[in-house]
Amino acid sequence: MSEERLDVRKTYKLLINGAFPRSESGRSYKVETATGEFLANVAQGSRKDVRDAVVAARGVQQKWWGATPYNRGQVIYRLAEMAESRRAELREHVMLCEGLELEVADRLVSRTIDTMIWYAGWTDKITQVLGGANPVAGPFFNFSLPVPSGVIGIVSSQDSSFEGFVDAALAPIAAGNTVVALASERRPTPAVLLGEMTATSDFPPGVLNVITGVTSELAPVLCAHEDVDGVDLTGVAPEDVDELNVVAAGSIKRVFRLRDVDDDALRRIRAFVETSTVWHTIGQ
Amino acid sequence: MGESLANSQLGAFAYDPAPESTSVVNLHASYGLFIDGEFTEPSSHEHFVTLNPANEELLATIAQSSEADIDRAVRSARRAYDTVWSKTSGAERAKYLFRIARLIQERSRELAVLETLDNGKPIRESRDVDIPLAAAHFFYYAGWADKLDYAGFGVNPRPLGVAGQIIPWNFPLLMAAWKLAPALAAGNTCVLKPAESTSLSALALAEILQQADLPPGVVNIVTGDGASGSALVEHDGVDKIAFTGSTEVGRLIQQRTASSQKHLTLELGGKGANIVFEDAPIDEMIEGIIDGIFFNQGHVCCAGSRLLVQESIADEVLRRLVRRVDQLRVGDPMDKNTDIGAINSAAQLSRIEELTAYGEREGATRYTSSCVLPEKGYWFAPTIFADVAQSHRIAREEIFGPVLSVLTFRTPEEAVVKANNTKYGLACGVWSEKGSRTLWVAQRLRAGVIWANTYNRFDPTSPFGGMRESGFGREGGRHGLEGYLDV
Repeated sequence: MSEERLDVRKTYKLLINGAFPRSESGRSYKVETATGEFLANVAQGSRKDVRDAVVAARGVQQKWWGATPYNRGQVIYRLAEMAESRRAELREHVMLCEGLELEVADRLVSRTIDTMIWYAGWTDKITQVLGGANPVAGPFFNFSLPVPSGVIGIVSSQDSSFEGFVDAALAPIAAGNTVVALASERRPTPAVLLGEMTATSDFPPGVLNVITGVTSELAPVLCAHEDVDGVDLTGVAPEDVDELNVVAAGSIKRVFRLRDVDDDALRRIRAFVETSTVWHTIGQ
Repeated sequence: MGESLANSQLGAFAYDPAPESTSVVNLHASYGLFIDGEFTEPSSHEHFVTLNPANEELLATIAQSSEADIDRAVRSARRAYDTVWSKTSGAERAKYLFRIARLIQERSRELAVLETLDNGKPIRESRDVDIPLAAAHFFYYAGWADKLDYAGFGVNPRPLGVAGQIIPWNFPLLMAAWKLAPALAAGNTCVLKPAESTSLSALALAEILQQADLPPGVVNIVTGDGASGSALVEHDGVDKIAFTGSTEVGRLIQQRTASSQKHLTLELGGKGANIVFEDAPIDEMIEGIIDGIFFNQGHVCCAGSRLLVQESIADEVLRRLVRRVDQLRVGDPMDKNTDIGAINSAAQLSRIEELTAYGEREGATRYTSSCVLPEKGYWFAPTIFADVAQSHRIAREEIFGPVLSVLTFRTPEEAVVKANNTKYGLACGVWSEKGSRTLWVAQRLRAGVIWANTYNRFDPTSPFGGMRESGFGREGGRHGLEGYLDV
């Protein structure tokens, strides 16, 4: 006389400053699987949520960049550990959202977790790969260091809900930036899961903020925000890119758009680092 | 220097004039556009005048490029790219650039005089800084042309194609070198638009390119006003825009190129903080502050225009600065003793006058040199404002003139907060004998260039460029290649 157990479903919420609020607007929207079945009601973030997330990201940026690169690498490695232990759930969501066969989704999740490890290993390499000493013609010690641009807004891929999101978010984070990321509008749940994992990975609150909602409503807010230093417009519809480029130019933002998935990986990291060059006199 | 000597009336010493001769320069009455390797008339037949800002005398008339001229220049650059330059090996490109460097060295005296005539900067600076650095830039990037595989952007990095380059009037020939040398080394062809008020040294450079036998069309130089620059920015045949100038114009260019596939680098304005700690060696520091703001009449995007001085030494630093400013020799730019030359244009002079008037109105205390200014020409006596608050316009806006705003701080934390309290992020200075503190501060400054116990140093091997609203992209060093490669 066994009764089938009713499963406990999850509410999919935003990630802002390490907390998981519903949108301050109280709105949510329906997300379906690739085959059109109900998947979840997901928080529909607002302009105010985006602004709160930028405040959180700005507030922690110096702390994140101030942590040792070794420490930042371990935090990102810890994220991969968390993802590995929740791979069944990730695989399920990637499969449902992207309409993939189970084995294909499995390979995608494996590859993405390996990507996390790859970025974990980058944190203490970027300085040497992108920086260096400059042999100036004079009595000066002169060196160039790659430093983070600051707060980066990401409109991640609409299609690649997990792999694309991880790549877009972790490249700037590995370089010492903090991130406000808009999840794929139609396929938001894998990004929400990733956000949940950061909460158990020693990520300082605010380093990664995840906003779900309507891209065309939120992307202009992110691009116009004067305390955002750079934006990744990879997930913006081609017909909307020009307009957002113009908005981003208002405060001379760095703008990045992935050209193709085989793009040079270092290009992602270079997109949101600045070269800071220090001259110091040499003398007795 | 002991206090007694420092207190002596050095300013009272009389100097005999030591003017550099201008006979080395042969000015033409009129200059055409340099397109496809030849000087040609502009399609409109319109010319504008270029004046010597030190005496308002006419130097020459310069061709005004129309949209049709810009189109002709871009087509010439495209043709040269397709048929010649993209098929020229890196080693051969290198040899052209080495030739150009040598020709600039050979003609350095003439170029220095020409630059000072057209720009108004002291001959000492054009002779010792602008021209040697311009040659050094070509020499440095020449060596990269056949070593791009080793520049850290992967094997066989490709050029972008045709680069449109727009440069300012403050370092005319040097900015042309900063733009052309990396672009050509990376394999691009160029259309260069000099600033309206300082075209002459770029046109002399065009003659040098002819002497170097650079293939026609590889570099085209189109003179004109903002409308010419705008036509270049909007031209469909341009793959890359590199701009140095104000943040306002940079913002417009970023917006105008937003709906194109054009690559963009921007080197824009600044409001550099020069941070002085109480343990800094005071004599060097005073000279560094003076050099940081008054070099090139303060027409420097990275000028140390905000002095942040630790409270404990603020009175002494201000007293010494005021005395030192009074000793600066202002006047004939052609005189080898001159420290401060002419303001580059009437328009720039009125902008400086407007902002300094605000400084007084908003309550800052003004000290202006008692120097006697020449009757003719555009002149502004070096000026220091004390008691400046962070909210004052003279602490927030780029003045681009010989005007220093002095603010104070107590702790290193406060210095960093105040230094970063700006929309700009180009350059900062830090003065202290304590290395650990200097590096602590440098780590926290949001600036592309940080000078420790020095200021306003430039070198072709050293990347230069801004963060935040000071723009993006770097010029100089290995990093300077990135903006001209498809990577």
